[in-house]
Amino acid sequence: MSQGRSKRLRVTASYLFLLAAALWSLYPAVWVVLSSFKPGKSLFSDTLVPKALTAAHYAELFRSGSLMFPTWYMNTLKVAVCSMLLSTLLVTLTAYALSRFRFPLRKAALSLMLVLGMFPGFMSMVAVYILLNEIGLLNTHAALIIVYSFGAVVFNLFVAKGFFDSLPKAIEEAARIDGAGNMRIFASIMLPLSKPMLVFVALTTFTGAWIDFIFASLVLRTKDKWTVAVGLYDMVHSYQNAYFTLFAAGAVLIAIPITLLFVYLQRHFVDGLTSGANKG
Amino acid sequence: MLSASAAAIVYFVNSLPNAIWGMTTLGTVPSRLVEIDGKFTHLSGDHSIRIMIQSLLVLFCLAVCLPAYIGAVKDAYRTGRHRDGGRTPPGFRQTLSYIHQRKFAQTLLILPGAGILFLTILPIVFMILLAFTNYSSPDHVPPGNLVDWTGLDAFAQLFRLKSWSATFIGVLGWTVLWAFVATATTFAAGLAVALVLSQKEIRVKGIWRTIFIIPYAIPQIISLLAMKMMFNGQFGPINQYLSFFGLAKVPWLTDPFWSKLTVIFVNIWVGMPLSFLLVSGVLSSIPQELYEAAKVEGAGRWQQGRIVTLPAVAFAIAPILIMQLAGNFNNFNVIYLLTNGGPANPEYQFAGHTDLLITWLYKLTLNNNIYNIASAIGILLFIVIAGFSILNYRHTRSFKDEEMMQ
Repeated sequence: MSQGRSKRLRVTASYLFLLAAALWSLYPAVWVVLSSFKPGKSLFSDTLVPKALTAAHYAELFRSGSLMFPTWYMNTLKVAVCSMLLSTLLVTLTAYALSRFRFPLRKAALSLMLVLGMFPGFMSMVAVYILLNEIGLLNTHAALIIVYSFGAVVFNLFVAKGFFDSLPKAIEEAARIDGAGNMRIFASIMLPLSKPMLVFVALTTFTGAWIDFIFASLVLRTKDKWTVAVGLYDMVHSYQNAYFTLFAAGAVLIAIPITLLFVYLQRHFVDGLTSGANKG
Repeated sequence: MLSASAAAIVYFVNSLPNAIWGMTTLGTVPSRLVEIDGKFTHLSGDHSIRIMIQSLLVLFCLAVCLPAYIGAVKDAYRTGRHRDGGRTPPGFRQTLSYIHQRKFAQTLLILPGAGILFLTILPIVFMILLAFTNYSSPDHVPPGNLVDWTGLDAFAQLFRLKSWSATFIGVLGWTVLWAFVATATTFAAGLAVALVLSQKEIRVKGIWRTIFIIPYAIPQIISLLAMKMMFNGQFGPINQYLSFFGLAKVPWLTDPFWSKLTVIFVNIWVGMPLSFLLVSGVLSSIPQELYEAAKVEGAGRWQQGRIVTLPAVAFAIAPILIMQLAGNFNNFNVIYLLTNGGPANPEYQFAGHTDLLITWLYKLTLNNNIYNIASAIGILLFIVIAGFSILNYRHTRSFKDEEMMQ
């Protein structure tokens, strides 16, 4: 009898705790979404739920000539999709070669990649900037795509390599006995098997390109080339809370695709992250 | 083929002495005013930094082309031997099939390798070299001035010069404190949520899980900028609620003490989901029999937790905690987007009360152009992260288990 009551008490307490944690997790997001529908411009609000709702800020984002939000959105989409494709290709090639083949200097190359990943990224930004300037790629989206994609190789190599390591060697040998060459084994056996890993790499690069504001703001000099993250950061930086509701609307539009992708593919992300966390 | 290698040789013969001259002197002609026909004109001198990058480019190209050239010569020699022996040398088609069969991996690596060489390795080498120059504003910034090699002066300045060393010690102290507190708090929060959710009486686990992942799914630039607004001292909703309850407004982001507390607090929100996911993964992998065995021995819920859950989590989570510690050490986003290192500390060189080494490095390079010291800090950061990684090396699955597939 008393055991049953203590159990009920424990379960109730657990639900209360989870409810509190859920409120804590959701509150900032809910607050931004509600603010984006709030009339007026300022941060200040006397009630949590606004008294009236309006979609005017969303409309203004797309109409305002000085904000260029639609252009930024398309730029971001272009950069993110291209980086995603290129980086997935590069990561797959590198990881596959380093995982399934043995050749001279292989261990050295692996150690080198490990060491490269430990340098703070900002250290190389200045040099990349000067290099891009030398070859005339400053203020272009191609520069972003190239830098993001090759950066992804360093970042994702060990996740991808760990995945290829886990594929059994027997499949490959069977195919070889059947007369398949290297190219065929790679394209028709290994690639289809590595779909979960490809999804992880593709999505981390896509989100990375979508939300990067540091390197993008360094490379993109004119407003019509900006990506949404650069534009949003500039909005907060230069207007502070004067255009707060507009910021909130922009934030919602930028966050929605990424958040949905994440929630939808959470399993892949967790698996990829845990295998990545063990890489050292 | 011949003309290509000839062009390469001509190119290197011309540019190599230049590159070596550039690397050793970093330019010799300063910009100056010259009197021509009674008028003073400004003549630009050598641009040390561009000279350095261009020289590095030449040296890197040489490093790539030299082995290729040697390979081509060897190949030609072998072909000649075949001819002399009266056999037909392998044609283009055979070479291709040889590459496909024997050199497949190397072929795959050409493109990624070249990109990494020039976009990652070259910039890092460049920045490491900067630590040994005097490239810093206001006195040594091209095109106005030349930059020179100065050996370990930047490190000496960072450690010995009072104004710099005080900032370095202060920022380093806060960075270490932050890394430990941030890792511990997010881990504790994630562990608590995961433990409560893992009880078998709790229903609809999937929905709870999705809710807890949401802070992680929202891009940090969005959530952190929104947090910055929420904690706004004047108009932010948090202070509004406080004044609703009759409490005084708190300077969340503008007071040295409160701003540190705020960044740690917000970091729990940002970092909890990841800890939660990782701990949940570990919890679900603990075999149920262990709990049954503990129960048979008469262990209560708390004892089961202490005897079974805790050791299992501690064992599996250690490498992840070390990586999170390293990640928090360089947690740029939370600090930069929330406080931008502020509030400013007048006793520091270009740093504020909440600046980490990584945000300080960022400010020194991109806002203040003090490249040599920033680069020295970057090298120190590298050493710290490398230390963490060596600590983790034993747990490296990717390295250790790879021979298992043979």
